[in-house]
Amino acid sequence: MESGIFHTTYQADMTLRRTHAQKIRVVLLLIAVVIFPFFADRYFLNLANQVGIAIVGAIGLNILVGYTGQISLGQGGFMAVGAYTTGLLTKNFGIPWYLSIPISCFFTALVGAIFGIPSLRLKGLYLAIATIASQEIILWVVTHWNVVTGGVDALVVPNPTLFGERMNTDFNFYWIIWLCVGLTALLTVNLFRTHWGRAFIAIRDQDIAASVMGINLFRYKLLAFAVSSFFVGLAGALIAHYRTIVTWERFTIDVSVLYLAMIIIGGLGSVSGSLFGATFMTLLPAVLTNLGRALKDYIPAIDTFIPYIQQASFGLVIILFLIFEPEGLRKIWNNIKDYFRLWPFSY
Amino acid sequence: MELFIQYTLTGLTNGAILALAALGFVLIYKASDVINFAQGEFLLVGAYIIYAMIAQFGLWWPLGMTLTVILAVGVGITVERLVLRPMIGEPIISVIMVTIGLSSVLQAIVKMIWGSQPKEFPPFIPTDPVKILGATIGADRLWAIGIAIVLLGAFSLFFRQSREGIAMRAVADDQQAALSMGISVKRIFAWAWSIAAVTAAIAGALVANIVGVSGTISSFGLHVFPVVILGGLDSIPGAIIGGIIIGLLETYTGGYIGQGLNQVVSFIVLIIILMVRPYGLFGQQIIERV
Repeated sequence: MESGIFHTTYQADMTLRRTHAQKIRVVLLLIAVVIFPFFADRYFLNLANQVGIAIVGAIGLNILVGYTGQISLGQGGFMAVGAYTTGLLTKNFGIPWYLSIPISCFFTALVGAIFGIPSLRLKGLYLAIATIASQEIILWVVTHWNVVTGGVDALVVPNPTLFGERMNTDFNFYWIIWLCVGLTALLTVNLFRTHWGRAFIAIRDQDIAASVMGINLFRYKLLAFAVSSFFVGLAGALIAHYRTIVTWERFTIDVSVLYLAMIIIGGLGSVSGSLFGATFMTLLPAVLTNLGRALKDYIPAIDTFIPYIQQASFGLVIILFLIFEPEGLRKIWNNIKDYFRLWPFSY
Repeated sequence: MELFIQYTLTGLTNGAILALAALGFVLIYKASDVINFAQGEFLLVGAYIIYAMIAQFGLWWPLGMTLTVILAVGVGITVERLVLRPMIGEPIISVIMVTIGLSSVLQAIVKMIWGSQPKEFPPFIPTDPVKILGATIGADRLWAIGIAIVLLGAFSLFFRQSREGIAMRAVADDQQAALSMGISVKRIFAWAWSIAAVTAAIAGALVANIVGVSGTISSFGLHVFPVVILGGLDSIPGAIIGGIIIGLLETYTGGYIGQGLNQVVSFIVLIIILMVRPYGLFGQQIIERV
């Protein structure tokens, strides 16, 4: 029976994973991620890829909303910037995808910082409303700047290739996506051990106190928007190359809401929370579809209702989590861990 | 010139509907500090209920309208009791998200009952074209302006004269002080939500009459934001004037510039207003600046 975790050196105190159990869990997770594609069929690979992209996007949004406390409903717009930038670069200029994806990430970071300017004067719900405006403005530019983006028509992105091999199968692209997931998670976890990350958290907790302590609010809020948009752009760019077709419908305000739901259900201000939330919200509609198919023999009319059931459960899940477990899946996970750690005295 | 009058009349009617939608939004914000992202869905529910009353059950329209209003009160109270009350005292992002979840649930329920296909709505307000100063406009649009003016007048009176209206203003001003004066804040919240649902139902009925019944009605929910920010989030006259300005602005840009710019111009105005005068034209200047 343990009474706490005690370290005797600063080095041990500073490590990312402090206990053996944590290390074992990370290794198990890594093994699962690596061996998964060899056993999964196309359907599950496709789901895994969607989950991976969602995780990257959710971590990106969580940097802004969960860690820095700036509510954003502009996620869809920033993803569109990432997707269209990389798509246009590969299609029109023949830049290989492994260069165009980083370029599009930086470009999205720039756009994010520009649309983050209102955050210098606004906060809370006023900022949320301002980001809705940025979402609408970006989508309008995408659908009306015909010469560059092709307007409402789909933008067809060439298949990505690596070492002469076309990366268009779910199996091949799985590695790209999950490499990005790993890098994003690692970078983000480490970001919050640097002075940038600590400044973000200080701004979230008390912006006035943060500025008294010498944190330049203008600079760090824009930085938060830029860093967040960088990863959001990465998610958008991955969608572009994975689907090879970019359309504006993929980046509407519904997407912004979906990602916000992911991080709220998963847990604000944590990488593992983004992971839980993104996985949960991506798998929920798939599970419901399969459940509907299974019930089809008993209730024949269920087919037409599946989309509506999905929509209703999306909303219900948000409402129920906010009312009963506002700290999200991460908290539930911690409760489960604590239960077993303290068993049989788990009260 | 005729074209200008045409645009002006169309803009005014769009503005009147926007103002009605914004009115419910402002009421809720004023009474309970909640930003209601489900306002568009309240319109949607209202439009479908009046459709069911008149087209499906074949009721005489004043009767159908009355029943719709009663049902809307029920919807408002239920939503407040089940969803919003547990959210009292939670951070802004939770409150925003819960109304977003609510909008998703309401949309799904409407689609489950009535399907996702647009419906033919038997207009209960005459739609014959009327000529004004050389411009032609549907009579139902004039009705919309008229109904909006009557309702807004009624609400101004309600807030000035009636016991509940004054109590609501008191709660908006200071919940603690209102409580100590013996006002039930919970009841006032229920009042605010049911009135908001009623205004939304009436706006929904007008929209149904003018453009038909379909899922796109809920897009009014997003267009409410420029209106309330321009007018001031906590100001009822602001909602009206903001609605009319945004309605006119969108119609003029759509008519004279085109390019679909009308869909986005109100959001550009929104950002400018937020940067320059975040409390809007008539709002209280208490918003926190960073």
